Amino acid sequence: MERSLNHTGKLKNLSEEISLRWLDQVRVSLDPQKDLCRIECEASVLTDVCSWFFSKLGYSFASLVVEEDSAEWHLRYIFYGDMENRQIHILYQIPKMEVKVPSISQFVHAADWHEREAEDLFGLVFEDHPRLGDFVLHEEWPEGVNPMRADFDSLKPYVHREVNPEWLPVRILQARGAFMMPIGPIYSDFAESAHFLLETVGEDVIRTIPRLFYKYRGVEKIAEGRTVDQVLLLAERFSGTSAFAHSLAFCQAVEEISGVEVPARSLVLRRLLAELERLRHHVCAIAGICGSTALAVPTSQAGILEEEILRLSCTLTGHRYLFGLNLPGGLSMDFRDETIKNLSATIQDLVKKLDELKEMLRFSSSFLDRLEEVGTISRESAVSYGMVGPIARASGIARDLRKVLPYAGYEAADFTVPIEQDGDGYARLRVLFAEVVQSARIIRQVALSLPPGPVISRLPTLTSGSALGWVEAPRGAAFQWVRLGEDGRVVRYRLTPPSFTNWHGFHLAAEDFAFQDFPIIMATFGLSNAESDR
Amino acid sequence: MSKWVLKGLQTGIKTTSYPDREETASGVSPGLPGGRKEAGNEAHLVISRCPTHALTQAGQQLEVNYRRCIHCFRCLRGVQSAGDWKSGYEWAASMATNDGADHQLGKAFGRSLHIRFVDGGACGACMSELEQINKPFYNMHRLGFFITPTPREADVLLVAGPVTDHMRLPLRKAFEAMPTPKRVLAIGACALSGGIFGPSFASGSGVSELIPVDIGVPGCPPPPLAILHGLLLTVSRKPSASLTFPGSIAGREKS
Repeated sequence: MERSLNHTGKLKNLSEEISLRWLDQVRVSLDPQKDLCRIECEASVLTDVCSWFFSKLGYSFASLVVEEDSAEWHLRYIFYGDMENRQIHILYQIPKMEVKVPSISQFVHAADWHEREAEDLFGLVFEDHPRLGDFVLHEEWPEGVNPMRADFDSLKPYVHREVNPEWLPVRILQARGAFMMPIGPIYSDFAESAHFLLETVGEDVIRTIPRLFYKYRGVEKIAEGRTVDQVLLLAERFSGTSAFAHSLAFCQAVEEISGVEVPARSLVLRRLLAELERLRHHVCAIAGICGSTALAVPTSQAGILEEEILRLSCTLTGHRYLFGLNLPGGLSMDFRDETIKNLSATIQDLVKKLDELKEMLRFSSSFLDRLEEVGTISRESAVSYGMVGPIARASGIARDLRKVLPYAGYEAADFTVPIEQDGDGYARLRVLFAEVVQSARIIRQVALSLPPGPVISRLPTLTSGSALGWVEAPRGAAFQWVRLGEDGRVVRYRLTPPSFTNWHGFHLAAEDFAFQDFPIIMATFGLSNAESDR
Repeated sequence: MSKWVLKGLQTGIKTTSYPDREETASGVSPGLPGGRKEAGNEAHLVISRCPTHALTQAGQQLEVNYRRCIHCFRCLRGVQSAGDWKSGYEWAASMATNDGADHQLGKAFGRSLHIRFVDGGACGACMSELEQINKPFYNMHRLGFFITPTPREADVLLVAGPVTDHMRLPLRKAFEAMPTPKRVLAIGACALSGGIFGPSFASGSGVSELIPVDIGVPGCPPPPLAILHGLLLTVSRKPSASLTFPGSIAGREKS
């Protein structure tokens, strides 16, 4: 009680300070329960307010949510941080006829891709943004087609214009022997579709220009008008390797809208399953990093552990990738306490094996040579690009949503957030290994303190409302904005997955390197295109 | 480096003995709904819970369209009278077409099959399962299956995902670059029917819309053993699935 009073006081301080700074140009409202501060502001101060939170107060940029009603555009800039006030929503409205919006990305670089995306999909023009144009939609889409607008029919297949299949990359660097090396969209073993232009003068690559969204499935758009049950399937399956995390974020948003109380047992089990998924993802990423350096035995060793976790997941839940478990209000199935104890014991063994692998890798000099000082991201760049997850933590940013904005009862979990300062490929590998240990620790705690009771609460009939859901997905902070209409169907679904956030900064790591390091940089980033392209 | 050799030897052989013997380890497959002989009174309830319309009632039977099933378990969990759930993994099947052509490549390719994969907008789970067939537990090299970096050397094209609009052209170019004889395998519910994503403004309703598909592997995602079964079927080393595919799993006729 004392804490919350104290807290309300601090929120008030913030609101007074904002009101003083921008007098009549902002309207501040507080929601102490959610630790949330809403600021409605005018065009003249939008960039000032955003950059004040980002640069002066050190908040992270979470997402830009664009919504449309019959009369107005509603823009919502969401920031979060481990300060006294965890969530800041900056709201800005313009009449429907207007499409010009002040660009904040010159001060909040993390918002760069969000603005480009909104320009491409909604047709909003962000003034003074240096790089607007084709981004999500490739050249087969004519200019002026904005699929996210309410009047665009998402179910009808769109007839595209013909594109020239004999496409050649444009050469930017004009020097003797300089050329553009295209990679993708189809390349190497089982790599995901993405395209990279490596600008090179022979062996050295000067810079990398990624081109994504080959896998754009328009998930945000096709979710509109569907029921919560149907959108849950999209939340789960748009990125199959972090299905549990994203479906959890969606369920949490729906639970907040409906006000349903999630049973204690299912909160604890959700932590267990989320950590199981993180564990599997990290082991797979470790296998990928070993594979990229062509070190066969540890690749196989990590591959064995990955398949063991997949089999454990399937034996426990019926599905190898934890599909079909999260429901708004809880979980679709319960487990016996004994089963969870056994799972925890198996996981502890598995982590021991992983630790042996780490110790062996630590003394394999040929392996370290290929990871150290490769794909380095400085702390400053990581902050400016708003990077998240293990990549940010390898560059010295300890922001983890499980600590900053605890959900699913993570405030009760005892764990640490490992960080490294070097920001190179090896630092990212060390963070992955350290996080696996923490996940196993959380799983052990869950197994020891599983409360009895039901795993699902009945959901009341859904009506209109909106809420933000978030999780620390295996690849980093993920946000989902959900708005339901009066009939309980989804009106707006905004996904900000960690891969989208981190691909934005990928080019920083892929500058001035030798060709053979490209797969290694890719592997230490471990990003998913399915997750980013949506 | 000798420590790694030693480590490898100490680990021993982890690889499955499939296809010589059935794999019985727990957790290798999520299983599939089996339909039911007796549809019963609750049939319409179970059917209404299926979000992808994979379940239909045909006479007294509950039938499953395996092109559409996405393992959501909604016909299994939270219902009074759940549908059957079948274990197993030998799910790959020849796509029924009218011309009666042989969809297997035949014995000449039996132990030397080169594979190219194209990601048509897969969610990542199908791709993760595909990667497993290259890892120790499944190790497709022992069966004579190899990944090739270029479609020009490929005998088989594996495609996952509903095929997003942006991947239509790359997919068609990859297919055209392959020498004949060539075969196409559609991996997973999205590739077979568009899944929960297509058809829409941004993605199609599966691979067969663009290029002829010879073999379909259902599942969301299909487990590694089902994918191996698909490859073995391609080279006539395993028979087609014993599952029935109501309405056939083929989307359209061969163009």
